[in-house]
Amino acid sequence: MIPNSFQYHRPDSVDAAVALLTQYGDEARPLAGGHSLIPMMKLRMADVQHLVDLQAIGSLKGIAVAGGTVTIGAMTTQHELINDAALAKAVPLIREASLQIADPQVRYAGTLGGNVANGDPGNDMPGLMQCLDAVYTLSGPDGAREVAARDFYEAAYFTAREDNELLVSVRFDAPKGGYAYEKQKRKIGDYATAAAAVLIEKSGGKCTSASIAMTNLADTPVWCAAASEALVGSSLDDAAIGAAVAAMKSAIDPQEDNRGPVEFKTHVAGVVLARAISRAASRA
Amino acid sequence: MNEMTPPKEERSAALKGLGCSRKRVEDARFTQGKGNYVDDIKMPGMLFGDFVRSPYAHARVKSINADKAKALPGVIAVLTAADLAPLNLHWMPTLAGDKQMVLADGKVLFQGQEVAFVVATDRYVAADAVELVEVEYEELPVIVDPFKALAKDATVLREDLEGNMEGAHGPRRHHNHIFTWEQGDKEATEKVLGSAEVVAEEMVFYHRTHPCPIETCGCVASMDKVNGKLTVWGTFQAPHAVRTVASLISGIAEHNIRIISPDIGGGFGNKVGVYPGYICAIVASIVTGVPVKWVEDRMENLMATAFARDYWMKGKIAATKDGRITGLWCHTTADHGAFDACADPSKFPAGFMNICTGSYDIPTAYLAVDGVYTNKAPGGVAYRCSFRVTEAAYFIERMIEVLAIELGMDAAELRAKNFIRKEQFPYQSALGWEYDSGDYHTAWDKALKAVGYEDLRKEQAQRIADFKAGKTRKLLGIGLTHFTEIVGAGPVKNCDILGLGMFDSCEIRIHPTGSAIARLGTISQGQGHATTFAQILASEIGIPADDITLEEGDTDTAPYGLGTYGSRSTPVAGAATAMAGRKIRAKAQMIAAYLLEVHDGDVEWEVDRFVVKGAPERFKTMKEIAFAAYNQAIPGIEPGLEAVSYYDPPNMTYPFGAYICVMEIDVDTGEHEIRQFYALDDCGTRINPMIIEGQVHGGATEGYAIAMGQEIAYDEIGNVKTGTLMDFFLPTAWETPHYITDHTVTPSPHHPIGAKGVGESPNVGSVPAFSNAVHDAFRAFGLRQAHMPHDHWRIWKIANDLGLHG
Repeated sequence: MIPNSFQYHRPDSVDAAVALLTQYGDEARPLAGGHSLIPMMKLRMADVQHLVDLQAIGSLKGIAVAGGTVTIGAMTTQHELINDAALAKAVPLIREASLQIADPQVRYAGTLGGNVANGDPGNDMPGLMQCLDAVYTLSGPDGAREVAARDFYEAAYFTAREDNELLVSVRFDAPKGGYAYEKQKRKIGDYATAAAAVLIEKSGGKCTSASIAMTNLADTPVWCAAASEALVGSSLDDAAIGAAVAAMKSAIDPQEDNRGPVEFKTHVAGVVLARAISRAASRA
Repeated sequence: MNEMTPPKEERSAALKGLGCSRKRVEDARFTQGKGNYVDDIKMPGMLFGDFVRSPYAHARVKSINADKAKALPGVIAVLTAADLAPLNLHWMPTLAGDKQMVLADGKVLFQGQEVAFVVATDRYVAADAVELVEVEYEELPVIVDPFKALAKDATVLREDLEGNMEGAHGPRRHHNHIFTWEQGDKEATEKVLGSAEVVAEEMVFYHRTHPCPIETCGCVASMDKVNGKLTVWGTFQAPHAVRTVASLISGIAEHNIRIISPDIGGGFGNKVGVYPGYICAIVASIVTGVPVKWVEDRMENLMATAFARDYWMKGKIAATKDGRITGLWCHTTADHGAFDACADPSKFPAGFMNICTGSYDIPTAYLAVDGVYTNKAPGGVAYRCSFRVTEAAYFIERMIEVLAIELGMDAAELRAKNFIRKEQFPYQSALGWEYDSGDYHTAWDKALKAVGYEDLRKEQAQRIADFKAGKTRKLLGIGLTHFTEIVGAGPVKNCDILGLGMFDSCEIRIHPTGSAIARLGTISQGQGHATTFAQILASEIGIPADDITLEEGDTDTAPYGLGTYGSRSTPVAGAATAMAGRKIRAKAQMIAAYLLEVHDGDVEWEVDRFVVKGAPERFKTMKEIAFAAYNQAIPGIEPGLEAVSYYDPPNMTYPFGAYICVMEIDVDTGEHEIRQFYALDDCGTRINPMIIEGQVHGGATEGYAIAMGQEIAYDEIGNVKTGTLMDFFLPTAWETPHYITDHTVTPSPHHPIGAKGVGESPNVGSVPAFSNAVHDAFRAFGLRQAHMPHDHWRIWKIANDLGLHG
């Protein structure tokens, strides 16, 4: 549990961080909360020559809720997400999900940016951001660009971020309607066996819009357009929920691990999604 | 009594003796981070060792090239079996009479096995150097299934034993077979089974798990070449045994070896055995002449140092139609891994598995255990239980449930019908034990009443009806257990480890001002010995517990003893403490009589003093006696006030208890919720109720982990699948159930203060209680047996297999 030796850098601006990432290329990795990367380094599964710690970059922190748009700095911790009153009011889904991530100690250190940028299929925030249709702002040597969360994830630990880019912020519109984050895990601190993020809008007893994303059921988060569509126009009755669950099941690709075999995970994915839809519908 | 003397009760309370919930004296330093653990030890010039470990479960080691590692700045040495062979230390004896490779000698037999030992100036360099050692392996067929290991054409695992068909515990019948151990009457039992009205048969598997103490194993070895003295600080649950074994292995005279167990962060059996790391650190210190530290990390701890359980227990239980048990048969296939490194008394290669008749009056029984080699880590230690007692308790408590199903009977009623009755004690069991004392029916009735058993069964019946009607997707399980432990090994006539008799000891010195120091042959790993043993003494010699220092763990100062495991400290060392205290009191009586100018028989003991019979105003306190013992010339009596006792117990002690778990189960997700957990323990005389309660909480939480998710799992090629705490389940405060503790008191008739030991009862009792709750929830739907751990997917699978998912 001792990592290879590495150079530690602590830049104080985004430009300085990007310069380091540009200089060292794939030998460098940005360090946010460190709760995924550091264990990987200690297990010597990640060999990082240059660790670029982002803690000293003040501009990466903060939560802004303005005109229905939410912008969150990449280095904002999960603890801060949970305790920001304006965010909790505008997007209670974030608070509900964040409270299900790891434990308080981890949430004091774990960040939104680290969680979404690492590309670990077990992380909760990527699916949540896809559900919210968030946009990530990446800063690179040639300036900033934006990538939709739904386009960001390519495979486990592979994302649209280039080695010389830094994910600086996450932006999305505050959703209307009902919400739910439903997660089954073996214990506190564990990744999800299956998790579902659901947003639902209703009008006149009918679902007018829905967004569904699943976590840890494939090598990327799975935003299920078909599952969402199965709900739209329905009264969110059992048949509609069943159709959404069926659509979701054909979109996921769970793998067997110590949490259980594929058949079990698929079943549980259906259960957590049905529960999330019901809860979101009751809040819509 | 003069005016200044407080009443008896007040003086007695001030001693904080037996029965007092005295706060743990250890906690001040532990809660402030001021403990002193092995890894806190820092010495000038100290080097660090780290292992190159095998990535394969079974492979021939073709070559080891350490040139690159040795070239790394800061690397002092890289030891391999070739380096240890001239010292005859490339193999070491195990506690079970087998031998184990210290470093891979031609082949490796389990993933994580020690292959080479890197010694460097710091642990970071050592870790880098480990990666630079080039080992060429040739993979061999892997066996992880003990039944397949015994197939005729199975690969030979232990080539070193080839042709040697006489093992440490009798003949071996197969090249991967270790021993067969038989107890009871086979013929009579088979006859009972053959003619019984009802026979229930089941395979009960107790999966492989691991004690996983917070502090992993480690040591600092320091060879002083000037005085020839070897000092080893280590995480040892039995420091004296380590000293003797180290002397026998190394040839260093025993007086030149000093073993020190500093603060230990939990043991639970994991720290009883001798590990290659200790040998390598000692050799490295002898070679380099400076101290060498070795501390394993969490993954190494889970992969390589002693596991627990891994017993396949095939059972048959015979009964009359009305539920009177007439016979019990058990054949166990015990997976010991690559080397037999169990830490059992020598004559008991399957520990006290023959306590498997449990709390029941079973007239005829037979037990056979076959030990088997596989490509898994060695161990088989008693994880917070006396030797294999948790396996035995789980077996019988499952068999009772299976029999209840077979009979269509309530499992609580079946138990009560078959308990050994109070008047039957001392009770001779069919498998050879003499149970010292018990009152099972009283405990059982109290437990059933406390949880409202009748109402729970009614609620369960309603729940089943609701479930069938589609009104709920949750089932209710009521898990019952009545366990009997056998602890306090033990009588030297039948308990030894490598020939070392399992007595224990206490040495007491009373200081002239009336305070004291006591030293014991045991070693606390969190049990609170410094608190509780002082309480035993306080009651025996009338000196306040707060004025008594307890010391353990340094072989240069502590009297010889066999250490702490198997709940033996209170039954054996606790008894030695009381007996040494009584020797002190006997001498004190003579001194008091002299000072009071009466005959010895004319004074009597009263809390903290000797009083002249019939003249309560004439007395000498222990404090006054202590001063006189040192400072007054008393004819015919040597100065000083000291005593030592080596206690060889006449019998084991048999704590027991009744545990009941009420569990809600979500049929669709496999999740569970512990609604209620009631634990009644009878550990005889209760020394410190608060510590007992803490022990029950801790042990039951380990039991909860084991039953509901914790395991050491291997894939079919011997890779450890649960090598980190992400996958090896340790409950956090969030998962840990709330416990209701209760007790009855049935003292041990042969223990000086009637105490029986409690530390391990909650693990023994809780595992079947949790598991039986899961089984009970599905009983109405046809479940007989489902193996632990009952994690989400396995519970889901029970429901799925029973067709409960529609």
